[in-house]
Amino acid sequence: RNAFQLCQIQLYKLKCVSINLGNGVLVCGGDKTLDGYSKKKYVCKLLFIFLLGHDIDFGHMEAVNLLSSNKYTEKQIGYLFISVLVNCNSDLIRLINNAIRNDLASRNPTFMNLALHCIANVGSREMAEAFASEIPRILVAGDTVDSVKQSAALCLLRLNKTSPDLLPMGEWTMRVVHLLNDQHLGVVTAATSLITTLAQKSPDDFKTSLSLAMTRLSRIVTSASIDLQDYTYYFVAAPWLSVKLLRLLQCYPPPEDASLRSRLTECLETILSKAQEPSKSKKVQHSNAKNAVLFEAISLIIHHDSEPTLLVRACNQLGQFLQHRETNLRYLALESMCTLASSEFSHEAVKTHIETVINALKTERDVSVRQRAVDLLYAMCDRSNAKQIVTEMLSYLETADYAIREEIVLKVAILAEKYAVDYTWYVDTILNLIRIAGDYVSEEVWYRVIQIVINRDDVQGYAAKTVFEALQAPACHENLVKVGGYILGEFGNLIAGDPRSSPLVQFNLLHSKFHLCSVPTRALLLSAYIKFINLFPEVKGTIQDVLRSDSQLRNADVELQQRAVEYLRLSYIASTDILATVLEEMPPFPERESSILAKLKKKKGSSKLPDLDDSRRNVNGSAEHTDDTETSPSLSEDLFPTDRPHPPSSFPSILFARWAAGVTNNIIFPVFFRFVCKSNGVIYENQLLQIGLKSEYRQNLGEINALSREAQTSLSPATWASFSEGIQRHSLAKRHRS
Amino acid sequence: MIRFILIQNRAGKTRLAKWYMQFDDDEKQKLIEEVHAVVTVRDAKHTNFVEVWDSLSLSFRNFKIIYRRYAGLYFCICVDVTDNNLAYLEAIHNFVEVLNEYFHNVCELDLVFNFYKVYTVVDEMFLAGEIRETSQTKVLKQLLMLQSLE
Repeated sequence: RNAFQLCQIQLYKLKCVSINLGNGVLVCGGDKTLDGYSKKKYVCKLLFIFLLGHDIDFGHMEAVNLLSSNKYTEKQIGYLFISVLVNCNSDLIRLINNAIRNDLASRNPTFMNLALHCIANVGSREMAEAFASEIPRILVAGDTVDSVKQSAALCLLRLNKTSPDLLPMGEWTMRVVHLLNDQHLGVVTAATSLITTLAQKSPDDFKTSLSLAMTRLSRIVTSASIDLQDYTYYFVAAPWLSVKLLRLLQCYPPPEDASLRSRLTECLETILSKAQEPSKSKKVQHSNAKNAVLFEAISLIIHHDSEPTLLVRACNQLGQFLQHRETNLRYLALESMCTLASSEFSHEAVKTHIETVINALKTERDVSVRQRAVDLLYAMCDRSNAKQIVTEMLSYLETADYAIREEIVLKVAILAEKYAVDYTWYVDTILNLIRIAGDYVSEEVWYRVIQIVINRDDVQGYAAKTVFEALQAPACHENLVKVGGYILGEFGNLIAGDPRSSPLVQFNLLHSKFHLCSVPTRALLLSAYIKFINLFPEVKGTIQDVLRSDSQLRNADVELQQRAVEYLRLSYIASTDILATVLEEMPPFPERESSILAKLKKKKGSSKLPDLDDSRRNVNGSAEHTDDTETSPSLSEDLFPTDRPHPPSSFPSILFARWAAGVTNNIIFPVFFRFVCKSNGVIYENQLLQIGLKSEYRQNLGEINALSREAQTSLSPATWASFSEGIQRHSLAKRHRS
Repeated sequence: MIRFILIQNRAGKTRLAKWYMQFDDDEKQKLIEEVHAVVTVRDAKHTNFVEVWDSLSLSFRNFKIIYRRYAGLYFCICVDVTDNNLAYLEAIHNFVEVLNEYFHNVCELDLVFNFYKVYTVVDEMFLAGEIRETSQTKVLKQLLMLQSLE
């Protein structure tokens, strides 16, 4: 069909819709009252049009009118319309609630169900307020029909979710629990869902449901297939109810009562045994239903984590599923085994399947299955298999989906650190991570490797050598340049003896990557260069030439420019001793929890302050506090809130007095130079008076406070008649700059 | 719990959308498109379960889609990540078998022209985000009774 024809079809469709809508308007707005049948027809059409995707803004009144009809079909359309097109008009809500109230009181199960379904589907606050007391009563009343009980239970569940405060269960609790004994399994199903939800909020109130649920479950599991005819699905007895009961049991810890516990164990063993029996049917529905119950049972076993035999049996069963021909089962087995791996009872049993899991990683065609295999390898990792698992994960990383690479990187980094006996292996692993998936190696990971190298003397030489070799690669990832720059800057001296990695070679290697890197990396490299100047005086000239070049000193980026300028200057004026002190080797980082683990848990992609920066501030931050430690906390905090701990305030209330008029700026001017390097100090002093300056700077903000005080030598403080201060801004600064 | 049930054809047209949580109209539309995009690219080598990757938070969302394809229609149930996959997979099949019985070899057009009846079937078997009734016998009996009231 060409475009023109398609347009014609669209136009025709629109015409049909508008004709129908037009009809609706004509009829609904007309004087004649429609009979129920016509009304139903039109409301139904409106609904249909709405469901096609067109907006409907009328018909609500007619729909509400249908609610009061005595005919099921008319009522049904009315309820359907208002459930799908929820309207917030308060008059309509009032009318709707009235209709619902009437239907609930009608004692007609069909009408009651329609009303209950509407409440469950809409679940509005107004409905909750109107019917919160009514519905529990219906649920537990002796004369309520089974199907109505089912609907009432789930209706209550919905209202409890949206308006829990309106439904204090209190008096109804026991009666609701008792529904678990109902002979209608549909009622039991609905009641189990309700109790499970309520038990999550107030477990103690529903503790009594445990034994009832267990009894029910036992009966189902051991029943012959003819017992539960209506509820047998492909030869499996009440699979959904079994799953729900097992789910309810997971709201609680293992039962304290010994007989209850043994009954439950028996029940679970039966379920596990049944899985081994030959199937009654080849149909996939049969096996799915059976396995649904099995997996939920295993979930309960894992949740309780108290019966070693059960855990091991569960593990073996899952192990069989790992090689099943159905992908669904392999997937679920991998997922389930992941939780089993963390239990001390089954950890060893899980490990025996490592080859199968590694094979899954290599051969599974559904990426989500491969991902579960990765998760399982991570969960089953311990000292005995760490090397093997990390190797496999690294090789998987080479071809992994981009979406999951970051997670795998984090996991490998954590495993490598946790199980490293020999830290050279750890360094190799991280460098491999950067090589294979550099883009996905977050800051936390490469910060961590540097922290570890700094903290461990025995691996520093190896790290320097390995990083040096890795940088030889023609195209290496920027993260490698960062790591390499830092490590060579700190430990390049350890390999400088070898002519192949002499200082000049090291510098040239790093500098060859310089222009390819982003600003933060270049900044890091500049720091590495000044460290080289300290370590290797023989390359000082070469590096100074580089720092002196226009591309550094006049770099568009402020940080780079500042570093180049300052490092260059430092290299000129600092004596070797001072240089060595300033650029002393980084001290070991304090032991702290790995931020990588936290990142893996969060995995929200937001940035965290890495440990490295904190330490750096602690090490270098103290240098900023010079001789004057008198800081007023309130002043600094107001302008420059900082999380650096302030020294205890010993700020003497320095009151300076005004200097005599007539003192010109010329006297004070030379003193200003003093304040280029010093934040605080006395700017003027005579017999009567001292004036001090206190200043603080942070990035582009600065604050200067002038304080005046009586000179210490003043003999008679009481002679002051009056005192006032003021600060005059002068164009002095502008003049000076030019 | 169930968050929503969708029946879509291969072209992406929605034949049934049942929501068990509050969503805006925009959110509903987005979800419908997302489900369609995710489900139509899968084939036999994939599982019947999809966990949805959120590229914003770089993690998996806390729900998953259980789906199965019947001829030209995809039946999708969106559930919490902690729910039992196989149980809901078979809940879909149970539902389809009921539809099949009720409409006598159901096809897509049956669902289109009898949309209001489909809602009735859904409400018999699912309610408030949970499974309500699983016995095909009981559901069909009820449906036939309701039909006789017409």
